[in-house]
Amino acid sequence: MSEGTFGNPEVVEEEVDILLIGGGMAACGAAYELGPWIDQLKAEIGRDVSVKLVDKAALSRSGAVAQGLSAINTYIGDQDPADYARMVANDLMGITRDDLAYDVGRHVDHSVQKFEEWGLPIWKQPGDEGKSLKDGGKPVRSGKWQIMINGESYKWIVAEAAKSAIGSDNIQERVFIVKLVNDKNDPKRIAGAVGFSVREHKVYVYKFKACLLVCGGAVNIFRPRSVGEGTGRAWYPVWNAGSTYSMAAEAGAELTMMENRFVPARFKDGYGPVGAWFLLFKAKATNAFGEVYMDKNKELLNDYPPYGQAAVPASCLRNHLMLKEMKEGRGPIYMDTPTALQNLAKTMTPKEIKHLEAEAWEDFLDMCIGQAGVWAGENIEPEKTPSELMPTEPYLLGSHSGCCGIWVSGPEDVGAPDSWNWGYRSMTTISGLFTAADGVGASGHKFSSGSHAEGRLAAKGMIKYIRDHKDITPELDTPVEQLVEEIYQPVRNFLEHKDYTTAIDINPHYITPKMLQFRLQKIMDEYCAGVATWYQTNAKMLEVCEHKLGMLKEDSQKMRAKDLHELLRAWENYHRILTAEAHMKHIQFREESRYPGFYYRADFNFVDEENWKCFVNSTYDKNTKEWNVFKVEHVDLVAKPTAGH
Amino acid sequence: MPTFVRTEKCDGCKGQDKTACMYICPHDLMKLDKDGSETGHAMKAFNQEPEQCWECYSCVKICPQQAIECRAYADIVPMGGSVQPLRGTDSIMWTIKFRNGQMKRFKFPIRTTPEGSIEAYKAGKTANMANLEGPGFFETDGQAPLPGDPSQLIRL
Ligand SMILES: Cc1cc2nc3c(=O)[nH]c(=O)nc-3n(C[C@H](O)[C@H](O)[C@H](O)COP(=O)(O)OP(=O)(O)OC[C@H]3O[C@@H](n4cnc5c(N)ncnc54)[C@H](O)[C@@H]3O)c2cc1C
Ligand code: SF4
Ligand code: SF4
Repeated sequence: MSEGTFGNPEVVEEEVDILLIGGGMAACGAAYELGPWIDQLKAEIGRDVSVKLVDKAALSRSGAVAQGLSAINTYIGDQDPADYARMVANDLMGITRDDLAYDVGRHVDHSVQKFEEWGLPIWKQPGDEGKSLKDGGKPVRSGKWQIMINGESYKWIVAEAAKSAIGSDNIQERVFIVKLVNDKNDPKRIAGAVGFSVREHKVYVYKFKACLLVCGGAVNIFRPRSVGEGTGRAWYPVWNAGSTYSMAAEAGAELTMMENRFVPARFKDGYGPVGAWFLLFKAKATNAFGEVYMDKNKELLNDYPPYGQAAVPASCLRNHLMLKEMKEGRGPIYMDTPTALQNLAKTMTPKEIKHLEAEAWEDFLDMCIGQAGVWAGENIEPEKTPSELMPTEPYLLGSHSGCCGIWVSGPEDVGAPDSWNWGYRSMTTISGLFTAADGVGASGHKFSSGSHAEGRLAAKGMIKYIRDHKDITPELDTPVEQLVEEIYQPVRNFLEHKDYTTAIDINPHYITPKMLQFRLQKIMDEYCAGVATWYQTNAKMLEVCEHKLGMLKEDSQKMRAKDLHELLRAWENYHRILTAEAHMKHIQFREESRYPGFYYRADFNFVDEENWKCFVNSTYDKNTKEWNVFKVEHVDLVAKPTAGH
Repeated sequence: MPTFVRTEKCDGCKGQDKTACMYICPHDLMKLDKDGSETGHAMKAFNQEPEQCWECYSCVKICPQQAIECRAYADIVPMGGSVQPLRGTDSIMWTIKFRNGQMKRFKFPIRTTPEGSIEAYKAGKTANMANLEGPGFFETDGQAPLPGDPSQLIRL
């Protein structure tokens, strides 16, 4: 094969047993767990078993943990996994899969202990310094489930372990996967994936028996609050573009709870974390007049039993109480950092206070350096000046405080209905297609540690699948030349039409990925409950949304790419459009407002436990481009409080 | 606060085929201008899409010449502040300069083991195919690390 050029890429075809798509927490977990199982599987089936990991970025700094983190948000310790599953359910307004949450809960601590062994510094309580978690060292908790870390190199460390596990030769960086390919002989089976290099003129065509699709959640499908040079400063890392959801949907996998979203309330403009301020420093959030809105508006929580009445009300409801102040004109909202620090200072020595100040800054510097930049530029010293809080634009994710994602097979030993498991842990409804972390819907609150652990569970599921299907030969349902053509279409659009006008960006024959993204964001913001309408929508607005998204999807055929970087942006935005469409379709279907504070259906502005305490699932038909949305029964596997009890 | 590259400090990673900043940026933003046609500065790197920068500082921390810094986003933050790290092998030093000139310095640990020292399967633990079904990892012998109280599972 001759070397590729911009318009004429080299095609690299590879066949492996297992392909890991994405290189974040879940993929690194899977890579680690796979090694010893692969050794055993080889011995059992008497041949080599190959694995490859592809990441659009560099493993050491890819995904949501690229920058580092200051806390590990899921460490169970001496609590019961059932309590964890209860918390997850309450925070997500009752509709989660206890089997999945429970399974993460009973496994997650092991991953955290590995992180520590690999070199991640974990804070310990006085007296336990130097004692590892594994040996019973007591962590510093910033909340019931969270522990504090010095996490600047968190991803670097976890990636190093993954590289050591599967070998750097089996890791392909800077390849963006565009789509999955179903099997020629069985449309309900997955057979391959195609993507392109962002560095060389190469298209990669992978064939495999099983794959783990773990490309994180979705950001920038809604118009962000910052629209100029600061656009990149979304709360969610700008590089996860909904690839997980869109590629799974196109492959025919059933999605679940795509109506769910996450709208974090964070420090304004920098979106710095607030968790340590609330939990560790006991700061209060107030309206502009110093009133603590969580106390003042407490009775609003009674509208949402039992989710509002838990010790910690659901995240969306906390936003709901904040939004009342903003909408009624009592903003800005502040985090009262001076009072919190003064209160702590009453019982502390000046040295301890200095230490505390360092901890407050470290919270930003470990995971949201941009916020430190905002404070420095605005001369904000937290001991003197309170800081504004703001709810962000909506994001879609399944591992943080959100639960949209793919419907997967769960564990079989925790009492789940038979329809919740079909033999292979973490497999989607498409044979051979697995997911984890942000990809798994109807759970949530796994965070970095639970995502890693869930990747490991999926690895076991894939091993079992390969063992049972060792003789299948994957065959792509689409000829390779056609796949290559599809991926390079934006390049063709550019090369063919670029000289029609004198200005490269303004051309009636193509649309730049950037403008496509702006159009998507405008539509979603204005019609699908973005910040422009204070997160409100209704059936009529959604109808308009649907219509406009339809035309946008058509126009995505006319995306242009003037270089490989823009080809990346083009396909990211295509993934965003499909993800957005799923979100819109689910909100349209669910005739209630399940997540007040995250979004409101103004025409059904209540939680309807009787008719809607159920999962909403959907499938997409890539040929007709139609969605099929339907209800699935919800069942509790651990006891939960009910309204009035 | 998008990154910028100090012209006199960047050496283009000495003409290697992969520059450190291009290699590491999770969003494919850093680019080497080989012939100077894009910036007027040949063999120097630049941020090709500053409005997409997450200020994750991955490129800032990895640049061997300390040529990369961040400038707070001009559309939001008043001018004059800066936040600059120096990442070593076991700790990171931060220098924060406020608009009013005040300075703060912090140093935090980043890892407890030497870089590159992780051996995934050092303990030599093997998997047991009999434990493939059911809970547990290869290291935990068919048991969930935290089995929990079974009476909590109301449908069992
Ligand atoms: C802003 C923020 C703050 C957080 N704070 C905390 C915290 O304090 N504590 C905590 O424990 N957890 C925290 N989390 C949660 C944690 O980061 C996530 O739960 C976890 O990273 C999810 O893992 P993942 O593997 O699903 O996705 P990620 O880790 O995001 O990985 C996604 C991977 O997919 C790759 N990728 C994407 N698209 C493609 C494609 N098309 N082709 C190839 N590769 C692709 C990316 O490069 C990346 O490697 C936070 C998350 C966010 C977003
Ligand atoms: S890493 Fe630093 S020295 Fe190397 S090309 Fe980038 S800016 Fe220049
Ligand atoms: S700060 Fe992060 S997102 Fe911005 S250019 Fe550097 S590596 Fe890329």
